[in-house]
Amino acid sequence: MGKFSRKGKGGVPALSTSSLPDIIFMLLFFFMVTTTMRETELKIKVKMPEATEIKKLEKKSLVSNIHVGAPKESYQAMYGTEPRIQLNDVFAKVSDIADYISNERAARDENEVPFMTVSLKVDGKTQMGIVTDIKQELRKCNALKLNYATRKAKKS
Amino acid sequence: MPRPVQEINAGSMADIAFLLLIFFLVTTTMDVDSGILRKLPPIVENQQENEDKIKERNVFVVLINKNNQLLVQGEWIDVRTLKDRAKEFIANPKDNPNLPEKKPTEVILLGTYPVTKGVISLQNDRGTSYEMYINVQNQLTAAYSELREEFAKQKFGNVYDKLDADQQKAVNEVYPQKISEAEPKNIGGKK
Repeated sequence: MGKFSRKGKGGVPALSTSSLPDIIFMLLFFFMVTTTMRETELKIKVKMPEATEIKKLEKKSLVSNIHVGAPKESYQAMYGTEPRIQLNDVFAKVSDIADYISNERAARDENEVPFMTVSLKVDGKTQMGIVTDIKQELRKCNALKLNYATRKAKKS
Repeated sequence: MPRPVQEINAGSMADIAFLLLIFFLVTTTMDVDSGILRKLPPIVENQQENEDKIKERNVFVVLINKNNQLLVQGEWIDVRTLKDRAKEFIANPKDNPNLPEKKPTEVILLGTYPVTKGVISLQNDRGTSYEMYINVQNQLTAAYSELREEFAKQKFGNVYDKLDADQQKAVNEVYPQKISEAEPKNIGGKK
C-alpha cells in the first residue's frame, strides 16, 4: 500500500543553508554590541586581585585607566622588573599623571567632566607605595572618583 | 523585452559574515569594568583641625603594615574577622559606651533616626601589597553593605537592590559609608 510510501529514493534531503548568513549576522551583532574595542596594548602584567563587593562602572566612555604592574618579559630588559605605570600605550612616571588626566578631560564634553572616573588596574603583587603616589597625584589634579578594578570572586 | 535580473549567489555570504564575526571576536574584549568605588578626599590645607574633632570612641582604626599584618583597634586580628568587627562597630546594637555614639538625624522616609557617628580610619604602609589592601577594603565595604542589606529587609521588607531610589537613599543615610584614609606614611622603608 502506497499510502505512506516515501516520495524520493530515500537519502537525506539537502540542508538549506540560506538562513546561515542570518544566524551568523545575528551572532556578529551580538558581539559588536556587547563588547568594546581593545584600545591599548598592555606592556605590563596585570593580574587584578579578587573582591566580592564590586560595582559595575556605568559609562565606559567616562573611564580613564591607569595600569600598574611589572613589565612583561619582552620589556624587562629595557624597563626592569619593578612595577611601573602604564598610561595609554607608554610607560609613565607618577608626574605624568597630571598631564594624562588633563588630556582625558580635554577629550570629553565639559559637562561630563565631573562624572569621570579613574580606574586603577593594579597587579595584586604591587606594593602600595606606588598606588599611594598615584592617589596623591590624582587628589592634586582633583580627579577624585576612583575605582579599584578587581576581578569578581565568588561570595562565600 | 526586459532581461530577467540575474540572482546573486548568496552562498558565500555566510563566509563573509564569519570573517567579520571572527574579526570582532579577536579585536574586542568582553570584560566589564568593575571594581570597588571610592571617593578620594580633596586636599585640605588645615587638616589637623579636622581630625581633632572626632572622638576616640568614634574611630575604628585599621592599620596594615608592610608584612600585610592587620592591627585593628590595637589588636592583631585575621582579615577574615575584620568584617564582623567592623559591623559590630558601625551598628553598635547595645549602645556600648566604647563604641561610637549615635546622633539623631533627619532621614528621608523614616523621620528622625539615630545615625552612628563612627568612622573607619584606614592606614597602610608603602610596603603593603595591593592584594591585601583590596582585601581589607573589600571586607569593610562588605560590612557596610551587609548592614544596609539587613536594614533594608527589616524596614522595607526587601533586598537593597530592589528598593526604589528614595528607600535606597534612606538606607544609605542610616549607614553612611565613612572610610577615611590617613595621609600616607612610610614606616617600613621606601620601596
